[in-house]
Amino acid sequence: MKKSTAAALAASRILASAIALSASMLHADETGFIIVASTTSTQNSGLFDHLLPEFQAATGIEARVVALGTGAALAYGERCDADVVMVHAPALEREFVENGYGLERIALMHNDFVIVGPRNDPAGIRGADSAAGAIAAVGSKRAPFVSRGDRSGTHTKELALWRESGLDPTRGAGAWYVESGSGMGQSLNMARAMDAYILVDRGTWLSFGNRGGLQLLVEGDPALFNPYSVIAIDPEHCPNVRLEQAQAFIDWLVSETGQEAIGRFRVAGQPLFIPHHQQRRAVE
Amino acid sequence: MPDPAPPSPPQLLPLRVEAVGFARNGRTLLKAVDFRLEAGRISVLLGPNGAGKSLLLRLLTGLLHPDSGRIEWNGHAPEKLRPALGMVLQKPVMLRRSVRANVEFALARTGLPARARRSSAEAALDQGGLLALADQPAMQLSGGETQRLAIVRAWAQQPRVLLLDEPCANLDPHSTAGVEALIRHIHAGKTRVILSTHDLGQARRLADEVLFMADGRLREHAAADIFFDRPASKQARDFLDGRLVL
Amino acid sequence: MDEFRQAPAIALELLITLEPELLAIIGLSLTVSLAATLLAALIGLPLGAAVAVYRFPGRSVIAALLNAMMGLPPVVVGLGVYLMLSRAGPLGELGLLFTPEAMVIAQCLLITPLIAALTRQTIADLDRSYREQLQVLNTSQPVMVTTLLRDAWLSLTTAVLAGFGRAVAEVGAVIIVGGNIKGVTRVMTTTIALETSKGNLALAMALGLVLLAIAISINLLAGMLQQAAIRRHA
Repeated sequence: MKKSTAAALAASRILASAIALSASMLHADETGFIIVASTTSTQNSGLFDHLLPEFQAATGIEARVVALGTGAALAYGERCDADVVMVHAPALEREFVENGYGLERIALMHNDFVIVGPRNDPAGIRGADSAAGAIAAVGSKRAPFVSRGDRSGTHTKELALWRESGLDPTRGAGAWYVESGSGMGQSLNMARAMDAYILVDRGTWLSFGNRGGLQLLVEGDPALFNPYSVIAIDPEHCPNVRLEQAQAFIDWLVSETGQEAIGRFRVAGQPLFIPHHQQRRAVE
Repeated sequence: MPDPAPPSPPQLLPLRVEAVGFARNGRTLLKAVDFRLEAGRISVLLGPNGAGKSLLLRLLTGLLHPDSGRIEWNGHAPEKLRPALGMVLQKPVMLRRSVRANVEFALARTGLPARARRSSAEAALDQGGLLALADQPAMQLSGGETQRLAIVRAWAQQPRVLLLDEPCANLDPHSTAGVEALIRHIHAGKTRVILSTHDLGQARRLADEVLFMADGRLREHAAADIFFDRPASKQARDFLDGRLVL
Repeated sequence: MDEFRQAPAIALELLITLEPELLAIIGLSLTVSLAATLLAALIGLPLGAAVAVYRFPGRSVIAALLNAMMGLPPVVVGLGVYLMLSRAGPLGELGLLFTPEAMVIAQCLLITPLIAALTRQTIADLDRSYREQLQVLNTSQPVMVTTLLRDAWLSLTTAVLAGFGRAVAEVGAVIIVGGNIKGVTRVMTTTIALETSKGNLALAMALGLVLLAIAISINLLAGMLQQAAIRRHA
């Protein structure tokens, strides 16, 4: 009897110290970090590794980035699990703000989408001017195409292109039209393995390390414009949100310093994101 | 006896067994077993393998319950009488710890305070001739040592009655002698011994009275000298004469 | 298949240079998974043993439930913990989402059924040979539980190691509740997932080899401790 109570005592002591340790780790975290729900395209390119140290040096605020698809990032924001979202799907963003989850869409930067595909280009879309036309060619040739299928910004853009092309790709679902349900990188890995066409943001494409036989085939159509916004979560919707730090984050990003830092970021000598806060402000 | 003595356990004898029957999977294993044991003597359950001796001991100690009939120790149901009613199984399990710790474990189960356990355990081990092995892992003991430790461990709980199931099965003569000496030593104290065996020689050496079992029934219950001189049943005569009891 | 040829060399390089960032990631992986394993063992060992020892109605249902929960997909566990810890969830006030603590909780929930189920099986086997002996020595059921746990501990280390193995290898739960935040909740498996999504397949494979090397070292260490204990005991 005595021995078992001693064991129980020891066990509860270990448990207590584990909890105490957790609590102390928790308090160490109380120094004012914010959660930024963002997209894999910004994360995988390395943009945040470039920006965040500068931001923290300037403000003392730690920004912790959780990388998701745009749809998931907005859902996290809606559930109050993020203080700021940085996403790239204008229609979804407008809806998000209208629903009262976010304060204001703030134009930040852009890059563009490109269509990549196998070198032998069975649909013959290389150099096409119109992205929707190229997509239509892929669809009518029933050439393999990998879709994100995850309500991400890229997926949203892809669906818009299909609408414009007048084709319904879901008829080819499971045959030539493959919905990966995965992030950009996973989807690119699939496209490479299947010699399929895929819509991808230029940032991810440039920093992607597993291109294999894939090549950039279509670029430059204004329809492929890919704008990124930042949105602070509305404290009326989420009382826990750290608005002050979130606002400091946004202010820094759109400041001259922040915009200049975005413009300075390069992968393989190429700029991946073009800051456009000043210019777009008027448009939006 | 190890000291200090805990509060005196209840008196267990006489044992009354009335019309006990037990069946499993449609086979009758015990039928109409009826007897009464008084204090003071070594009782030996004797009979061939498969006679139901182990099963009867399990019923007597409350590990199993009879399908019919009654078992009462001085008016008490068996399962409530531990540790006053002790038992050594035919294949005793040694805990994965030292010889001494095995006895201390048994002592702890009687409520003996921790500080008193070590000396009590060593006193009991000394009487079982095992003190020199106190620090050895119990699982490394020989067959005879294991049996002796099992008996010492059960006996350390100071039972009024100790049931022993085939305590010398598979032991060499030398080890058997050691175990039998320990049984006699225990019986000379305050503990009443009831043991089962299929070994006629052991029954002759130890028994004051014999309960002879064959085929799930109690065939004879008699004082040892009377049983060995004038067995009443055919099964007992066959057994004593070395014939197969069928 | 270049990746397979490149991975070992990259792995070796990673292990030799052992950059602070990788070291921190390995450290966090081990800390989180060891903490989760410790908690899961504190819950799972007594729980599994109690289900094996105590006789009560619904016991076989619980045993079946434990066995079934061994196969719970990590993503489901992660999602459940996320919904609990989300600021919109019932435990949101604790502010645990996207912290290592949340990862410990998720992994603990993931492997507690595994440890409990393996413990129940081991203890039930031992109980078959011990039960009558413990009964005749007047052993109460709580003491049976502790005694069987103690005598079975050599086999139970395997159950605990299996739990640690599942914890340190899983990615689905920790990526949801931890968020794979650089320097905060990024562990080996989420790094591998990230590098894979960046298309750095050889690096991802190399990190997998590093994880394998760590797992092998821990199991070897545990094996050596076991052997030492056996030599001392039997």
